[in-house]
Amino acid sequence: MLQPGTPVQVKLDWPETRGPCHIRTPHYLRGRMGVVERHLGDFPNPEDLAFARPAARLPLYHVRFDQPALWGEGYAGDAIVVELYESWLEAR
Amino acid sequence: MDDLEVPRAQHDMGGVSKFMCDPVDTDTHALTDFDRRVDALRQLLGAKQVMSVDELRRGIEAIPEATYHQLSYYQRWIRSIADNLLVRGVISADELRAALEAA
Amino acid sequence: MMELIEAESGRLLAAITKLLGEKGIVTEDELVSRQALTDAANPGQGARMVARAWLDADYRALMLRDGAAAAEAMGIPMRGLPPLGVLENDAETHHLVVCTLCSCYPRAVLGYPPFWFKSAAYRARAVRDPRGMLGEWGTIVPDSVKLRVVDSTADYRWMVLPLRPAGTEGWDEAQLAAIVRDGDMIGVTVPGV
Repeated sequence: MLQPGTPVQVKLDWPETRGPCHIRTPHYLRGRMGVVERHLGDFPNPEDLAFARPAARLPLYHVRFDQPALWGEGYAGDAIVVELYESWLEAR
Repeated sequence: MDDLEVPRAQHDMGGVSKFMCDPVDTDTHALTDFDRRVDALRQLLGAKQVMSVDELRRGIEAIPEATYHQLSYYQRWIRSIADNLLVRGVISADELRAALEAA
Repeated sequence: MMELIEAESGRLLAAITKLLGEKGIVTEDELVSRQALTDAANPGQGARMVARAWLDADYRALMLRDGAAAAEAMGIPMRGLPPLGVLENDAETHHLVVCTLCSCYPRAVLGYPPFWFKSAAYRARAVRDPRGMLGEWGTIVPDSVKLRVVDSTADYRWMVLPLRPAGTEGWDEAQLAAIVRDGDMIGVTVPGV
């Protein structure tokens, strides 16, 4: 379980290049650094639900990203907060 | 504005350049009877565990990009619903073909 | 199969509902009553929650802790529906809700999502140029206020608990609810008098 305040990196992975898939990790976050804000609960993996496959329950986190850092422009202090599954996060 | 050069799926729209200069149409657009009926159908299929919202999304994401933007929101839904019902074997291609001819 | 799903949408809907009816999977009565139920959900429900939170600190705390329970307390049925997260604005923080991947929206408390929320322009701009995009509604977030853009990618649905505007001192719940619009609970506008 990832604790609030843990720095995490979103995996730099592109399942889109390997065949049909359903991914709920936005492209603009792949490989980027964020901070866990809180654990939102455990939910079945949508990547499997989308194909009517048995889906493991995964911890889901709210993760905060510095918004200007993502785009190279923006207002200091602005953030984007995104629900991400533990399978996509690596503690740093 | 540049896009991140990554193999982005076409529905994954955060920050995508070609939309960044588009104005947001903030007007109210009333739903049609078709829209509401498709919405109700989707909910019932979900409640009855015939097709999940995840499957709906997958079906929408599979729509070719040009078609995705030509179809209205609920037109994308009914296309995805049809796709999923066929893939899951809830209805057969022959049945659908016959029902379309009668429709 | 490909050409079948490319059929004209109205015919496709009619064909599918006919087949599902014949198979006893979805009936016409069910479609009609589900549509009526969905039509009844509207932003006024969320507005009443906001108004109550502005007046009642315990209800506010409940809303922030468990949005679904707070909705149920107002008579909005939430059983079996996605969890509801409530994002509290304060003097230094303004929240904006988007679903860049599709159109996830807190339908149970706000009703059908508006056209703009589902548009490509909104989904693209909200995470990359949120302050510029808010200008489409004439909304200016001061430099002293930080923006938190919440991208709904998973199981939660999010609504904003906006700041209570000045000039509403002594107002009752009904008066307060009347000034809260759907845009205020997504973060594209702020309530005012």
